[in-house]
Amino acid sequence: MTTHHVLSSGLDVETLRKQFPVLHQQVNGRDLVYFDNAATSQKPISVINALIDYYQGYNANIHRGIHTLAEKATRAYEETRQVARSFINAKSVQEIIFTRGVTEGINLIASSYGRTFINEGDEIIISGLEHHSNIVPWQFVRDERKAKLNVIPVRDNGQLDLEAYKKLLSNKTKIVAVNHASNSLGTINPIREIIQLAHEAGAVVLIDGAQAGPHLPIDVQELDCDFYVVSSHKMYGPTGTGFLYGKKEILENIPPYHGGGEMIRECTFEKTTYNDLPYKFEAGTPNIGDVIAFKHAMEFIQSLGRESIAAHEHELLTYATARVSSLKGVKLVGTAPEKVSVLSFIIDGIHPFDIGQMLDARGIAVRTGHHCTQPLMDRFGIEGTVRASFAVYNTKKEIDQLVEGLERIINFLK
Amino acid sequence: MTINQTQDEIISEFSLLDGDMEMTVFYIMELGQKLPTMPEEDKTEENIVKGCQSKVWLTSKLEDGKVYFFADSNTAITKGLVSLLTRIFNGQSPEAILSTDLYFMNKIGMERFIGTQRSNGFAAMIKQMKLYALAYKTKMEVRL
Repeated sequence: MTTHHVLSSGLDVETLRKQFPVLHQQVNGRDLVYFDNAATSQKPISVINALIDYYQGYNANIHRGIHTLAEKATRAYEETRQVARSFINAKSVQEIIFTRGVTEGINLIASSYGRTFINEGDEIIISGLEHHSNIVPWQFVRDERKAKLNVIPVRDNGQLDLEAYKKLLSNKTKIVAVNHASNSLGTINPIREIIQLAHEAGAVVLIDGAQAGPHLPIDVQELDCDFYVVSSHKMYGPTGTGFLYGKKEILENIPPYHGGGEMIRECTFEKTTYNDLPYKFEAGTPNIGDVIAFKHAMEFIQSLGRESIAAHEHELLTYATARVSSLKGVKLVGTAPEKVSVLSFIIDGIHPFDIGQMLDARGIAVRTGHHCTQPLMDRFGIEGTVRASFAVYNTKKEIDQLVEGLERIINFLK
Repeated sequence: MTINQTQDEIISEFSLLDGDMEMTVFYIMELGQKLPTMPEEDKTEENIVKGCQSKVWLTSKLEDGKVYFFADSNTAITKGLVSLLTRIFNGQSPEAILSTDLYFMNKIGMERFIGTQRSNGFAAMIKQMKLYALAYKTKMEVRL
């Protein structure tokens, strides 16, 4: 009889790992250690089976078909929207727009909201912690609308400088777009305060929840954010989908992003009237299969409980931080008191690329480089970091393997 | 030694590692450590062959009709890989370099390090070496 170690989070991780087929393999002759979860997480069997069931059992185009398969597919697709609504506690399913992921969600708002409400001389605020996907769309808007793009500076420990943020806000500020948690450093931002301050200045707020979706409880009504975006593939779901939450009254007052099927009510060559929310923003045949499977990913998270997930990941992060930072020459990048399970570091005299390759040779998958946050790397005067990011299925034993690998590299290259 | 003799020599050296990825990586880095250091003044923007994560600097000279490359990288693995190329090509004629099929790469599993990744400047490095060889060949023909 085997007894599984049950962690303080109450999760039985060994049993949970059995739900993830991809984890049970050898890479370069060793058990795979997957620490690249901030890039994309692995998928539980329920998600994989949902994809198979859809394509084997009821693949059909949704919404307009009257046959049985179309009806079944439509129902499954809309069920995901209901689960998404409850996942972030939105008021209505009309506020959930399926997208390809966070990048598309941000581009949608930058285009539809930005081109409607941002004018010459207006200001947009982002932060120094942003991923390129929450920088570049705003540069488009800035250039097109002759607006100004301001950046909340980052402090040495990876926290945002809120005093500087307060000074940036004015009645010219039209939108504030920041992440809930940083993909490079893990910093959890005080978004409630950021949102409240923006609202006092009369600006709306978009929260990039790419790194929060799999880790943190999200309540958009409590936060009072205007837009919130997530990607399925970082939340144990399939790639190529995600959703945008937007307050209904705002979404109703901005134009569609893409034109095509599904999003119209009436279409003549002279004039087109648009469909109701959320369909107004879902032009064309959507990513039906992946959206359907995404429901199972959110249910997986809900079944474990985000508090339990956060507790387990916090335990991993604390352990990894202590062990990795004690190694010779290691410097942590990002030491904010509140972090999601991301450990970014550099090692004196060793290029991150070499560390990544050598860890891979031992079956350990980490990310190296700038993590699509070049301005943030510039802020710290570095080219990149090594990033180990943990998910609910990771273990302390795997962290020991990481540390062992790093020790070998340090000893070899010194 | 001909280019292919050097390639065969490298293949036989790597075969001793028996496909152990960690040993292979360490061995490649050791080779890089033996590569003569490039003078800092040669590490200019002009001499850079840029990959996504690692940088490679490359210079060359022609002496008595033979080509010599000097290279360095900011990452140990890329430097090791680069040292294999300088070992193969240095002291060879421009023509020989241009007509070389670098079959050793496949044989030692080097595609693992270059493959589809944008992350090191290795593929660009080979191209740049051949471009130097082509330039020397043209120059020699003009002189004749």
